[in-house]
Amino acid sequence: MKRLGLSGNYAVAYAVKMADVDVIAAYPITPQTTIVEKLSDFVANGELDAEYVNVESEHSAMSACVGASLTGARVFTATSSQGLAYMHEVLFMASALRTPIVMTNVNRALSAPLNIWNDHSDAMAERDSGWIQLWASSAQEALDTTIEAFKIAEDVLLPVMVNIDGFIVSHTYEPVTLPDEGEVKRYIPSKPLTNRLSPRLAYSVGVVGPPEYYYEMKYQAVDAMERSRQRIKEIEADFNRRFGKDYKDINAYYMEDAEYALLAMGSMTGTARVVAESLRRRGERAGVVSIRWFRPFPFERLAEILEGVRGIGVMDRAVTPGGPSNPLFVDVASGLYGMAERPVLQSFVAGLGGRDVSTDEFGMMFSKTKEAARSGRAGPCIYVGLRE
Amino acid sequence: MSKRRLKGWKEIPMGGMVTEPGSSVEFDVSAWRTFKPVIDQSKCTKCGLCWIYCPEAAIVIKEDGRYEVDLTFCKGCGICERACAPRAITMVKEESA
Repeated sequence: MKRLGLSGNYAVAYAVKMADVDVIAAYPITPQTTIVEKLSDFVANGELDAEYVNVESEHSAMSACVGASLTGARVFTATSSQGLAYMHEVLFMASALRTPIVMTNVNRALSAPLNIWNDHSDAMAERDSGWIQLWASSAQEALDTTIEAFKIAEDVLLPVMVNIDGFIVSHTYEPVTLPDEGEVKRYIPSKPLTNRLSPRLAYSVGVVGPPEYYYEMKYQAVDAMERSRQRIKEIEADFNRRFGKDYKDINAYYMEDAEYALLAMGSMTGTARVVAESLRRRGERAGVVSIRWFRPFPFERLAEILEGVRGIGVMDRAVTPGGPSNPLFVDVASGLYGMAERPVLQSFVAGLGGRDVSTDEFGMMFSKTKEAARSGRAGPCIYVGLRE
Repeated sequence: MSKRRLKGWKEIPMGGMVTEPGSSVEFDVSAWRTFKPVIDQSKCTKCGLCWIYCPEAAIVIKEDGRYEVDLTFCKGCGICERACAPRAITMVKEESA
């Protein structure tokens, strides 16, 4: 096993190389660029035998990925923010046509104003596109999750988006342990090209689905996503066994006896843990819940983890203007609706457009959540760090 | 036309693939139409121009040689009326027909 100092983006590139992809079609965009830059190096110097397709836009990148994937090729792309938004319509085709594409989305705010820094608005805008969404919060997790993503995508025949926080994960160098290449090959063997599109089998793909058929065709992808819950669990367990890891749909920290907790996705959960640790030292029963699978959303396990917890602060790094609340909050709230004794939910928005979220601010969120837990009532959404 | 049993989501090939050629025969487009072609058999010379030009292959030749329109597949475009040399075809509004 090799240990290297890698940025989150380079860790992803190493994972893609180990996955021995056949086709990469990508368009550069900050903060994703160094992933495909590294991959183009690997291809150019012969370390990775793949077709590297230079395209003129993200719309074309995703279109090329869909076409390549239909031939049975193992396909990868990466993007961020405006690039993901530009792929929007093709994302729905990728899922409904059941193409197992793996894409890294390096989370970045959407314009305007133009902003290259991190928030989750890009991924949240695509939550209904039928893609599996996994969230990684470190370079090591980015590498491991990317390897898992190929296995998941090809098993359930749905595209998988692996999200990593722009700059915070993508450009931060960390010690990363590369898994054994042979073991990766055994975990995700390079398949001979399947005959999904072949001159020997006549069929049409991407056809018109009139009202008599569209509904049934769409439902197939809905069903695949539902069934993926169980399969991802099994695939992840297999990964953990082979590579000595402990990945789950939800990472729960100090939740066994927690009175209140903060819930978030991505790198913010790291700071939340540090603050929770110091609260614990002061005798506070604070916990942290980190959502790793956003689609399919693990609401049943979330309810199990939150059993007996009195208050949850849900941190959104994106907004849903005019909605009842923000995207992660809405999912958590509706996911917990069936619980007999639901915790009080306090909504927070933090870190939009790359705004730093300090440990003091995490302390404030914990204490507001505790107040809500004790009083049994939550206030309106708190926009953390917003200047008036 | 006869009511076909439509396939359920478990029966349709994955990803909306169409695995059988010529599946457009299952597609009733008659509701698209505003005008329908009516053939005056007394003027028809059986030249076959309508049969050639019809983009939907909705003109059928009967065993006795007569030309008729299969209204399941006719979208009412009117190309047959334009193509008909002896002017035997007239597009007639659906309601008044």
